Amino acid sequence: MHPILTTVLQRLALGLLTLFFVSVIIFSSIEFLPGDFTQAVLGQTATEETVAAFRRELGLDQPAIVRYFDWIGALAQGDLGTSFSGRASSGVDRSRPVVDLVGPRLENTLFLASMTAIVAVPLALTLGILAALYRGSIFDRMVNAVTLTTIAMPEFLVAYILILLLASLNPIFPSLANITEDTPFWERVYRCALPSMTLTLVIVAHMMRMTRAAIINLLASPYIEMARLKGLSPRKVILTHALPNAWAPIANVVAFNLAYLVVGVVVVEVVFVYPGVGQLMVDAVTTRDIPVVQACALIFAGTYIVLNLIADIISIVTNPRLLHPR
Amino acid sequence: MSDDILLHMKNIVIDGFSDESWHEIIKGVDLTLKRGEVLGLIGESGAGKSTLGLAAMGYGRPGIRLTAGEIWFDGQDLMTASEADKQSLRGARIAYVAQSAAAAFNPAHRLIDQTIEATLSHGVKTSAEAAEDAKSLYAAMDLPDPENIGFRYPHQVSGGQLQRAMTAMAMSARPDLIIFDEPTTALDVTTQVNVLAAMREAVDRFNTAAIYITHDLAVVAQMADRIKVLRYGEEVEEAETQEMLSNPKHPYTKSLWAVRSIEKPAETSDDYVLEIKNVTAAYGSVPVLHDVSIAVPRGKTLAVVGESGSGKSTTARVITGLLPPTEGDVLFNGAPLPAALKGRSKDQLQRIQMIYQMADTAMNPRHTVRETIGRPVEFYLGLRGSAVDQRVSELLAMIELDDSFLDRLPGELSGGQKQRVCIARALAAEPEVIICDEVTSALDQVVQEGILKLLMKLQRDLGVTYIFITHDIATVQAISDEIVVMWMGKVVEQGIKDEIMQPPYPEYTELLLSSVPTMDPGWLKGAAAARKAMSIAEETGKA
Repeated sequence: MHPILTTVLQRLALGLLTLFFVSVIIFSSIEFLPGDFTQAVLGQTATEETVAAFRRELGLDQPAIVRYFDWIGALAQGDLGTSFSGRASSGVDRSRPVVDLVGPRLENTLFLASMTAIVAVPLALTLGILAALYRGSIFDRMVNAVTLTTIAMPEFLVAYILILLLASLNPIFPSLANITEDTPFWERVYRCALPSMTLTLVIVAHMMRMTRAAIINLLASPYIEMARLKGLSPRKVILTHALPNAWAPIANVVAFNLAYLVVGVVVVEVVFVYPGVGQLMVDAVTTRDIPVVQACALIFAGTYIVLNLIADIISIVTNPRLLHPR
Repeated sequence: MSDDILLHMKNIVIDGFSDESWHEIIKGVDLTLKRGEVLGLIGESGAGKSTLGLAAMGYGRPGIRLTAGEIWFDGQDLMTASEADKQSLRGARIAYVAQSAAAAFNPAHRLIDQTIEATLSHGVKTSAEAAEDAKSLYAAMDLPDPENIGFRYPHQVSGGQLQRAMTAMAMSARPDLIIFDEPTTALDVTTQVNVLAAMREAVDRFNTAAIYITHDLAVVAQMADRIKVLRYGEEVEEAETQEMLSNPKHPYTKSLWAVRSIEKPAETSDDYVLEIKNVTAAYGSVPVLHDVSIAVPRGKTLAVVGESGSGKSTTARVITGLLPPTEGDVLFNGAPLPAALKGRSKDQLQRIQMIYQMADTAMNPRHTVRETIGRPVEFYLGLRGSAVDQRVSELLAMIELDDSFLDRLPGELSGGQKQRVCIARALAAEPEVIICDEVTSALDQVVQEGILKLLMKLQRDLGVTYIFITHDIATVQAISDEIVVMWMGKVVEQGIKDEIMQPPYPEYTELLLSSVPTMDPGWLKGAAAARKAMSIAEETGKA
């Protein structure tokens, strides 16, 4: 087997192992949450019998270890369980499977994340490369100043400033990004413009600065001097000699920011009333809807693991020492 | 100006930026080079050789600025030429060969792509032509499998092969001038011969002019038609190679030969302070030493010679206990030493001390000289307070430094002074044996001489035993009593210096000794031819 394939499989196995540990952590931290769903729903006036009956119905009377393996066992078969909400003791079961709750929200989150990534990643790389190429120039200093400013501002502030400029003063984009499953594609893009811009401003700085630093770090290498002494243009020196050796750190920072787009955007979702996973999870935590919280947490963990796995693979395949062993 | 003058540098002044201000590092040097001529530039590190060599391309490294003078290359002044004009010369008409080929090749691209890159970007040849030509250059540089070696990545070939590939890269566009910047300094001596021969032949064949930068007089004697000696950014003297070798005028030039002038009659003794018996050692599952036996005579200097990878330093790690051997024993004064460092008593540790190649990294940058030397005095001898200070002063006196050095940090010392402090630190433990691992190889020749003389004086005064690990035959000649030759983890031979250095030699010793460049300008041709004959004989023998 090609050594790279072996390494990738190893990383994949490690990723699954990490996911398993994460599931344990998620489960046990939810155990530590104060209060529980039954009390939250039935209120303080409920009798002990009602609470006990409701707990039995939800399976909360089982010991934690049994519940963990029930959950993980169902999960392995692709079943995320059933939401607690809607299962009030009224007798009518209006509860929905977690998949139905999380699925559309996840789709929305991924839509916003991809839309942002498609703009932000190329923009950050280009700015980073240009800043490295014209290091010390006015352009470089300006890009640095602007990106540092946007990264220093809290994201809700960025969001409100954009709303003020592009929705209130100049009504170009809608200030609310309320989309439904029926919203057509371009309408979605239009409504997501402001949240996407906000996120772009937030993540570009980090990626751009890392790209610039990774390249500049290499500019002191003897092989870069050699390339210059071969009479190559500065552009060629950066693109063909520095960049191919800088992919590993760049891939890592890109993966980190993409993961952030999926798991860390709840504030932006709230500001624009965007129906994403972040809001769903926050709501589920407030109502102690444990199956939904667990599903969301697991999705977030999985996102991190998968994106980091991809970054790892990119570092490996762009390293000729690993790709072409002796 | 006469037509056959290719490069004429007039009154060049170059400034370097350090300590927050600009300093002159080249102070008005002239340099003239005819077409097809090879000029050797020699001097110690910091003499400004590389800076001057790069200035011939109109290039200054970051922190360097070409301040004054004219650089006429084929009718064009590179001092005033635009960056675009200089770019069009570099790689096409002036090429550069760097010191470390391993670092100067981009790890991400195949050799052949890098070889022909400049040729293509300057539009000298088409891609197919350049690739074919690269293969013939690889063949001319004696690279194995010239048809395919170009498709390998830099990490897939050896250092010597990379250095040859780099020369091929420089030749690709058939430049008028090549700057060789210490191209063989990083190579083993037996590899160096072949690379030198290939370079010399390529330069002769295409009638390329070259500036050959090195600190090794013997190497420059092989390569250059004319030699220019630099010191502190100024020219010391310049002459034809023959003239310079037979009749150096300036005292500084004469001093460059100094290390070769140390002579020491070899003495030996049957009283062995340290014996290594049938030691086999491995890093993980990779065997490094095979059945190595070495006896170290008391109060004498045993030199361990060999190329990188021969197991010299591993032997030192076994003696010090850093690498416990898988088989065999180390006897100290007749009694076996515990194999691992942890098992050894303080007394056993005290008796064997080490001095390292890189004095820079072997010293804690935050410790003053007083702390660096005082620490083993306290630790091993148990002295406290003013007794420590007194002992440190005595030690400083032994290494010929005065008390004004006590409160300096390593950063405030020169390379030679650092190495002296490291010697004092080793002496502070009052050891019986000091292992010197390439202690002079990072130093300039004149400084080397001082360190070697100091070590010899300390041995006379204190009776300490040295195990002197080196790849430099000249150093071995200068200070050793006995010599051990190592090759691929085995001891080839051990004996008194005079015997080892006289024929008949075992095959490997012969190869090693004959690879050391001599001052005779004709040496390279003979040595290279002998090697070729040997390898052909070997191949036919195999067939």
